Amino acid sequence: MPLLGEMKKNYRVLNQSKPRIDGVDKVTGRAHYAADLKFVDMVYGGCLRSGRSHAKVVKMDTSKAKSIPGVLAVVTADDMPKPKSCAGNAPYMYLTNEVKYAGDVVAIVCAETKPLVAEALAAIEVEYEDLPGVYTIRDAIKPGAPAVHPQYPDNVFTDSLYPIRKGDVEQGFAQADLIIEREYETQYIEHSYIEPEAVVCIQNPADGVMTVHSSSQNPFFTRRYVADVLGVGMNEVRVFQETLGGSFGGKEEGVGMVAARCAYLCRLVGRPVKMTFSREESFLESAKRHPFLLRYKAGVMKDGRIVAWEGTQIDNCGAYNNQTQFMNSRASIHSCGAYTIPNVKTDTYGVFTNNIHGGAMRGYSSPQLLWGQEQFIEEIAEELGMAPLEFRRINCLKDGTTNATGTVLDHVNIQEIMDYTTAKTDYQSKREAYKAQTSTKKRKGIGLAIAHRGCGLGAESPDASGAMAIANEDGSVLINTGLAENGQGLKTAFAQIAAEAIGVPYETIRFYGTDTQAIADSGMTVASRGTVMGAQSTRKVGFKLNEIMRANAVALGFFKDQAQVKGPEDIVLEDGFFHSVKQPETKVAFKDVCNASLWSGRQMAAYEWFMPPACIQDHHTGQGVAFPNYAYGCVVAEIEVDMETGYVDVQKVTASHDVGTAINPALVLGQIYGGILMGQGYAVTEEVEVSNGKVRNQNFENYIIPTAADMPEMDVNIFECDDDRGTFGAKSIGEPATEVVGAAIANAIYNATGKRIRENPANLERVLLGKKLR
Amino acid sequence: MKKMTLNFFLNDEPVSLEIDENARLLDVIRDVAGLTGTKEGCGVGECGACTVVLEGESVDSCIVLAASVEGKHVMTVEGLSKSGQLDPIQQAVLDHHALQCGFCTPGFLMSAKALLDKNSNPTRDEIKMAIAGNLCRCTGYQQLVEAFEDAAKQYQAR
Repeated sequence: MPLLGEMKKNYRVLNQSKPRIDGVDKVTGRAHYAADLKFVDMVYGGCLRSGRSHAKVVKMDTSKAKSIPGVLAVVTADDMPKPKSCAGNAPYMYLTNEVKYAGDVVAIVCAETKPLVAEALAAIEVEYEDLPGVYTIRDAIKPGAPAVHPQYPDNVFTDSLYPIRKGDVEQGFAQADLIIEREYETQYIEHSYIEPEAVVCIQNPADGVMTVHSSSQNPFFTRRYVADVLGVGMNEVRVFQETLGGSFGGKEEGVGMVAARCAYLCRLVGRPVKMTFSREESFLESAKRHPFLLRYKAGVMKDGRIVAWEGTQIDNCGAYNNQTQFMNSRASIHSCGAYTIPNVKTDTYGVFTNNIHGGAMRGYSSPQLLWGQEQFIEEIAEELGMAPLEFRRINCLKDGTTNATGTVLDHVNIQEIMDYTTAKTDYQSKREAYKAQTSTKKRKGIGLAIAHRGCGLGAESPDASGAMAIANEDGSVLINTGLAENGQGLKTAFAQIAAEAIGVPYETIRFYGTDTQAIADSGMTVASRGTVMGAQSTRKVGFKLNEIMRANAVALGFFKDQAQVKGPEDIVLEDGFFHSVKQPETKVAFKDVCNASLWSGRQMAAYEWFMPPACIQDHHTGQGVAFPNYAYGCVVAEIEVDMETGYVDVQKVTASHDVGTAINPALVLGQIYGGILMGQGYAVTEEVEVSNGKVRNQNFENYIIPTAADMPEMDVNIFECDDDRGTFGAKSIGEPATEVVGAAIANAIYNATGKRIRENPANLERVLLGKKLR
Repeated sequence: MKKMTLNFFLNDEPVSLEIDENARLLDVIRDVAGLTGTKEGCGVGECGACTVVLEGESVDSCIVLAASVEGKHVMTVEGLSKSGQLDPIQQAVLDHHALQCGFCTPGFLMSAKALLDKNSNPTRDEIKMAIAGNLCRCTGYQQLVEAFEDAAKQYQAR
């Protein structure tokens, strides 16, 4: 399987680092983010949070706040007809009198200015009765623990239970020469997009349509909450996704909540309302990466084969359900890593606690699982007395083998990627040399981790989408889909895909962005599905427009002088020109056919829907087909540990990923570089510290994400392959880029210090003392 | 809130603005002058999204009292390009794909501007330090550092 450039894919627009479609707007400051918008008569909204982890509102007095001149509205849960959101079985509250975590909102206000909003919030008097709470996974599963939701008395979110039953695990353990058990635990982390949540709502006084300009990752998702809180039809809510300042999974439900509250105030006061979060509010209410408690047990033979694998993967849902069941579907499918094991039994489920909710975050359970699994694999190898690379070679997925779901895999290139990466980094010899270090000052370490990742949504939900393409009479083309630009470069990649399929230059395409009244919902822009599956409809509509325009060219007589052209099948459209197959030197401009098509009333636009082949798993065993295909990756991290302080300096990261087709190599690189730093933060510095539900760090002065000064040297190797199940052969990269980095760093720390970090992150105290100080 | 008149140079233009006495420079730039390219990311001087160049130095405008810039020169991202021509720093960021969501981008551009105006031949480490006060969650900084190295060459040639 080749590195990028070695494989001739013969694309005319793809495989090229085309400039970003939104680049100029972003470097000039012209790009509008939701918080930048201003409207005549606009006023401001704000939220009062309890700050309590579990409490009941006994009494609330809003009269002082209401009496402040310039304060337009103060709303509590008692005032709102539907304070409970539409989100599933344990839904978030737009407003509540029963506080379940510190970010819960008990009142919202609207006022003429931002300072008046703050003044009004401070003037609301609330009396609470604190209630006993439950905060950690271990406490939540103890018998008799206080129940966060009465409908889940033992705190187990039963709807989120996903089992895997493959082979006969008892027989596997009986046969094993060696049985090993370990436990790992991961932390809450914050997405840390640099743009805090922002929404502006305006209601059209004539038809009542509520227009929402928002920092939504998924505008259609936001629309659902706004229609819900207002009790109106979805066609009465119009959501524009403004330029989005990063999301990584974090601006889904959270922004829905902001938009709902803002829209409610907007309708109430009859003026445009802006609601923006401070960074502290963003930390308090936005979802976090779920913490996982991972318990694994493996049975292995002396020759290195893993014959049995048992696991319990429990995640902390927090106070409300935020996608835990979908998260756990993916977690179950990936519950024995990138290894083929004949007998597997794992259970994955979430528990409720009085904390901020875990939610989607880049990787969607995989960073947590891999962090445990890839350390566990090395711990097993060590017990066996086998080199971890050799142990991985024996057990890793190969063509014709099955993963946890029993799916027979093809196009598996993980061993090749791993061998390439370990050879390039001189992994084996460095690892041996570093093991022998005895310095009490500084020690080096090298660590390896591998992963496979199901591309797109798979069996989790249908990976369908729709796209529209419109040719204009000047030959320019507009495209749109229900998928959204989140900063990753989706519009650029989609424009390239459309250009490739239609046969026009990239520069002639504009992607006009997401307005929920301009296009149908195409599902969420999540799961690294945008390019891989979401763009399938863009490709399809591109081919359709190509077909339509070729037919127009022939019907309009552009090829009447070429007798051999009998129909559209005899001509091609590429690079913005038509020509016949037999006479390629005679070209007809796309724009000329477009112009003639318009004035002769011919179709110049198309909408296509793409539905992938079904992925079906048995819910009780997890067996079946979980994903159409998988992306494979390998990361080697090289670090230096300061043995006197516990500081882990990540010095070099070599990341190799199979992306199928690199639609835009510079964008792929950007995903991988960014993913590496996010993985570094996860492994070393980042932890949202919660203590009995209270969040200790609520801003970047004590929540530490990597800066340019922390960046390691990065060597990225992009592999391509000929698996054609994704759009033009593309595979996922957004999440693969970050999911396995933390595990590689954790293994490198062990190589340096000889001590395992089984509780993430490897911050100073855990590296130095082996424990958390608070 | 007590009002005051603030006179300073915004992107080389003299301006006279009625502001709240306790206003932050960031609010004056965004809400009073209406230049929204400068962003608020944290409000405590940690993320650098609000970076502007004040008298040649990069500062976090969210922790600068607006009244303190009386008579001084402030440059924002809107002042970088001249008569429709992108500054070499902006062009290099485009060429290197050194942006994704773009929210932090204006801050990075201004930090780089302050650096390259003072030192058009910085080392890679000097570039990293100059932007270490700007957080970016998307790019991993690699393409930004490469872009600023490239822009430095253009600055040297000027």
